[in-house]
Amino acid sequence: MTAIRVTAIPTISTRLARLPWGLYAAGALVVLLGLAAIAPQLLATSDPYALDYPAALQAPSWAHWFGTDESGRDLYSRIVYGTRESLLIGLGAAGVGIVLALLLGSLAALAIKPAAVVVDRFVEVMFAFPALLLALLLIAIAGPSAATEIFAVGLGTAPGYARMIRGQVLAAKNSGYVEAATALGHSRARIVRAHILPNALRPLVAVFALSVGQSIVWASSLSFLGLGVAPPSSEWGALLDAGRAYITQAGWLVVVPGLVIVAVALAATTIGRHLQINLEKGER
Amino acid sequence: MTISETIDDPTRLGLDWPTTRLRVENLRVAFAVDGARRDVVTGVSFALSPGECVAIVGESGSGKSVTARSLVGLAGRNAIVESDTFELHHEDARSYTARQWRRVRGRDVGFILQDALVSLDPLRPVRAEIAEALRLHRWGDRAARSRRVIELLTRVGVPFPEVRARQRPGQLSGGLRQRALIASAIALDPDIVIADEPTTALDVTVQAQVLAELEKMKQRGASLILISHDLSVVAQLADQILVMQGGAVLEQGTAAEVLGAPVHDYTKALIAAVPSEHTRGRTLSPTLVPAAANVEASHPISHGPVLEATGLVKRFVAPDGTVNRAVDGVSFTVEAGETLGIVGESGSGKSTTARLALGLEKLDGGTVRLLGQDWSAVNERRRRRLRPRISVVYQDPLSSFDPRWNVERILLDALRSTEFSKAARRSRVLELLDMVGLSAEVLGRFPLRLSGGQRQRVAIARALASRPSVIVLDEAVSALDVTIQAQILDLLVALQRSSGVSYLFISHDLGVISHLSDRVLVMKDGRVVEEGTPDEIFKRPQHPYTRELIASIPDFDPVAIAAGS
Amino acid sequence: MTLTSSSRGVAAGPAVEPAPPLPTSRRASRLRIVALVVARKVAAALVVLWGAATVAFFAQLALPGDRATVILNIRAGQAQQRTAAELAPINAEYGLQHPVLQQYWDYLRGLVAGDFGTSYQQFRPVTSIIGEQLGATATLSVTAILFAWVLMVVWVTLTAGRGSRVGALGSLVDVVAAGLPAYWLGIILLLVFALGLRWFPVIGGTGVDGLILPALTLAIPLAGFMAQSTRAEFERALDQPFVISARMRGMSDWGVRLRHVLRHASIPAVTLSGWALGATLSGAVIVESIFSRPGIGSVLVSAVNSQDLPVVVGIVTLVAVFYVTANLIVDIAYTLIDPRLEAS
Repeated sequence: MTAIRVTAIPTISTRLARLPWGLYAAGALVVLLGLAAIAPQLLATSDPYALDYPAALQAPSWAHWFGTDESGRDLYSRIVYGTRESLLIGLGAAGVGIVLALLLGSLAALAIKPAAVVVDRFVEVMFAFPALLLALLLIAIAGPSAATEIFAVGLGTAPGYARMIRGQVLAAKNSGYVEAATALGHSRARIVRAHILPNALRPLVAVFALSVGQSIVWASSLSFLGLGVAPPSSEWGALLDAGRAYITQAGWLVVVPGLVIVAVALAATTIGRHLQINLEKGER
Repeated sequence: MTISETIDDPTRLGLDWPTTRLRVENLRVAFAVDGARRDVVTGVSFALSPGECVAIVGESGSGKSVTARSLVGLAGRNAIVESDTFELHHEDARSYTARQWRRVRGRDVGFILQDALVSLDPLRPVRAEIAEALRLHRWGDRAARSRRVIELLTRVGVPFPEVRARQRPGQLSGGLRQRALIASAIALDPDIVIADEPTTALDVTVQAQVLAELEKMKQRGASLILISHDLSVVAQLADQILVMQGGAVLEQGTAAEVLGAPVHDYTKALIAAVPSEHTRGRTLSPTLVPAAANVEASHPISHGPVLEATGLVKRFVAPDGTVNRAVDGVSFTVEAGETLGIVGESGSGKSTTARLALGLEKLDGGTVRLLGQDWSAVNERRRRRLRPRISVVYQDPLSSFDPRWNVERILLDALRSTEFSKAARRSRVLELLDMVGLSAEVLGRFPLRLSGGQRQRVAIARALASRPSVIVLDEAVSALDVTIQAQILDLLVALQRSSGVSYLFISHDLGVISHLSDRVLVMKDGRVVEEGTPDEIFKRPQHPYTRELIASIPDFDPVAIAAGS
Repeated sequence: MTLTSSSRGVAAGPAVEPAPPLPTSRRASRLRIVALVVARKVAAALVVLWGAATVAFFAQLALPGDRATVILNIRAGQAQQRTAAELAPINAEYGLQHPVLQQYWDYLRGLVAGDFGTSYQQFRPVTSIIGEQLGATATLSVTAILFAWVLMVVWVTLTAGRGSRVGALGSLVDVVAAGLPAYWLGIILLLVFALGLRWFPVIGGTGVDGLILPALTLAIPLAGFMAQSTRAEFERALDQPFVISARMRGMSDWGVRLRHVLRHASIPAVTLSGWALGATLSGAVIVESIFSRPGIGSVLVSAVNSQDLPVVVGIVTLVAVFYVTANLIVDIAYTLIDPRLEAS
């Protein structure tokens, strides 16, 4: 199994990140998102909970930029107010995933032989379960909720990142500069601290950014299935779930929140990839 | 009538045999990068006749490879190729379309690239690669092509061609692979053959075989264009030589003229820089070696050998269970102030021996003693105390530097265990730079931004930091251009003279070994087959393998050439 | 080492290679090497499968509370206290009174025999619940992978290595496609092609008609993902010396792309195909929901909702088995095609 090296992270061509306009667009979106999370009332056009039955299921128009849902609530405002929860879930899941991956990946590469082999096998086993299914398993045990969603998505994405981190740490461990440091007489602890960890974990910030995008998508997928945050929350996934019933009549109820999620994921990915390129600039 | 028959006897075609097959005048190549124009080749001119070999000699960045590729219209994307004249078989090739070029390549001009391991598709059997030119130019039917492949393999001296043809390049040995590569280039018997560094990265014995093949081609009437940085290789085959540097041709003439009575300073430096048994005791490069006289003597060694290895054994177990005895009973001693050279081809175990001597690899048998003390027998913690006494310089310094660190940090880091105050460390860093001939300006730079020669100097400075008694150099100059290599070798000699440090020098290059070493060990298949002074090894080799090795070295004696061959 | 008569002009007698060992013995030892390597891989795969089964078993134990009570509550649809008499038959049916290690052993034995346990909610074995729906999902998954391959090969061959602008566009499309959530893409495709253009039925069913859109929904992100590594490998291979050699023989650019580079560039994609099986099977969960297509997706979702762990665990384990097996086959295929890849 170890002969196959599957990259859990999409390897994105460097040229995408070199496009400055993409980075500016991503940055602008992030600023907007931050604003929506902290002070949604500044961006929203109406009260997200205001029921207005006569105006139900209206297509996007000047009055309601993203249309209205089955209770007449303005979709745009709902999305704005849902930003905080969605981002928290995404960031939380990414955090859980990275921390788990860091632990497992480093142990698998650095611990003494028997422990490292066990951890490595464990990661391989977990990787055999697709991320979504692992998440569903956790939800089946613990029941759907925001907290479960965070852990479920984190758990689901962790094995992939763990493998990646393990690969990075191993590459550093077997590198020429570590051997040169050994030849210079440095102690093992010093080598791990000064060479292996910094070099292996350098791309972590970029990985985190990539993983935020991925986590937001996964979390919303779970909600779409009705297994995440429940309506009437304005969390984007919950909006998807609520809009499911009206796919044929009011497609925008699912398409627009989905579009927002895609845009946020893309922005996170662009920023992450750009960080990756810049970090690698000083190296080979 | 086969193609080879027509070439061997041109009168059967009833044509006047043209005297110039290729003619180029004032060839210029430039690249358009980000809107700016970068000139890479400026003004190459020569003519090629049947049975003649024109050699283009230069170091990296000289433009010789770009010139060669422009001659088949493959200078690269964004390349602007211009010339006053460019005639292939009396046709104006300057305005050739892509389709016309495709017709020329493989059929009228054959091209042999360097290193068959990467120049042949590793996923396809050798016969597919050889038959490709035949197929592309619609030569014969399938059966005829199969026969032709066997014929070609036989011609280039590959035994059991029917078996070998079905194998992939990775399954063949280095020599067979290179022959297969040659076969694929001459499949259609082109009368112009261009060989771009055909012998670099090859073992010396394989190199001799390849040169023999090229010589055979010449005798059959093909015209050769040989690109190389290796003057000794060029001296074997070339009738005409062009010396290039920075895109311009600095000197041009017959082989006897250029090698025997060079005019340009660069050519003279190039010739003088080639190390061999004839160059022992003199400097190879014209640049002054910095005041290495300031170097403090390393820790005084009382008596006895610096490094003693007895009966070293190292076995590697492959995934399928087969055992490879990489080092099989090797013994040697390195005395104070001397250089012991270990020479061998790839797979001889010399690099593994070096790693065993450094204590970076666990021994399966035998012992190593450093300065009279147990070295291999103790654990790493005990060894660490002695590590300042022994250092290492690698072939590729870049991979031995932490990519996040600049030169200053690299050197300071090497001093942590030996100097204790910050001030002492800083002054020692400057001292080290001085010793290796680098200015303090490189301190803030990253290794990636340094030239190959500068990087190796930093690596040597790092190795000197702890005032070692012995430095292990594993192919330390093999990746450098000849003139840079000459500077580094001079530096190493000067450092040894003033500080008394010993060297354990590993190389596949017999010339470098014979120039530098006081004593030489010849290794093959993990064993030492012969030991002696360079004089003994080169003039009176005893072991058959040593004899073969010495015989394979292309003979390059500029003094003899100058005297009039 | 013999000095042969090839002592011509250049250097004195370079020796020809010593005669190789007879071809037959070489083949025999190569077979032995390959067999050993394959055996090791199979053993490693079995270890992973055992690990997965163990995780699955302990997941079932993770339900809070007394399991028998939980099972009864699920079946009744309401939570209440249960008497010992009510719990006894459940305990007997599921073997809950045995020590944990005994249950574990029984579970493993059952797995090998193909028994995934009994559903908490329904009264039948998990295997029959899954088995009914597996075919449709498996078909969807395989079709999606095939579509993804076609899309990816065409796209990468057309756009790789053609200068920075086309390349940037190509990789932009790769990234965007790879990041598309299945639910969103599925709905867009549904709205445009089924509701809008009416090329496909809205509610799929199991016929070919109902296969295309769901398969495309899974195929496009998969193609984008695979394209990223394929493109990188394609461009790397285009600059390799053996490609230049081919051009030197007179090969055209298209010839080089199709006959040399594509084979090299496909290697990472083949590796990913094993993973893709697991990914498409799990993605099917979402896609079946959108297109109202029968399959184990809906079974899984309702099982999760009702906390019917044996079914959930059964499906998840089954997918893991598929993934491990697919990867093993791909890995072994590699060893047979190109032992060089194993040697690293």
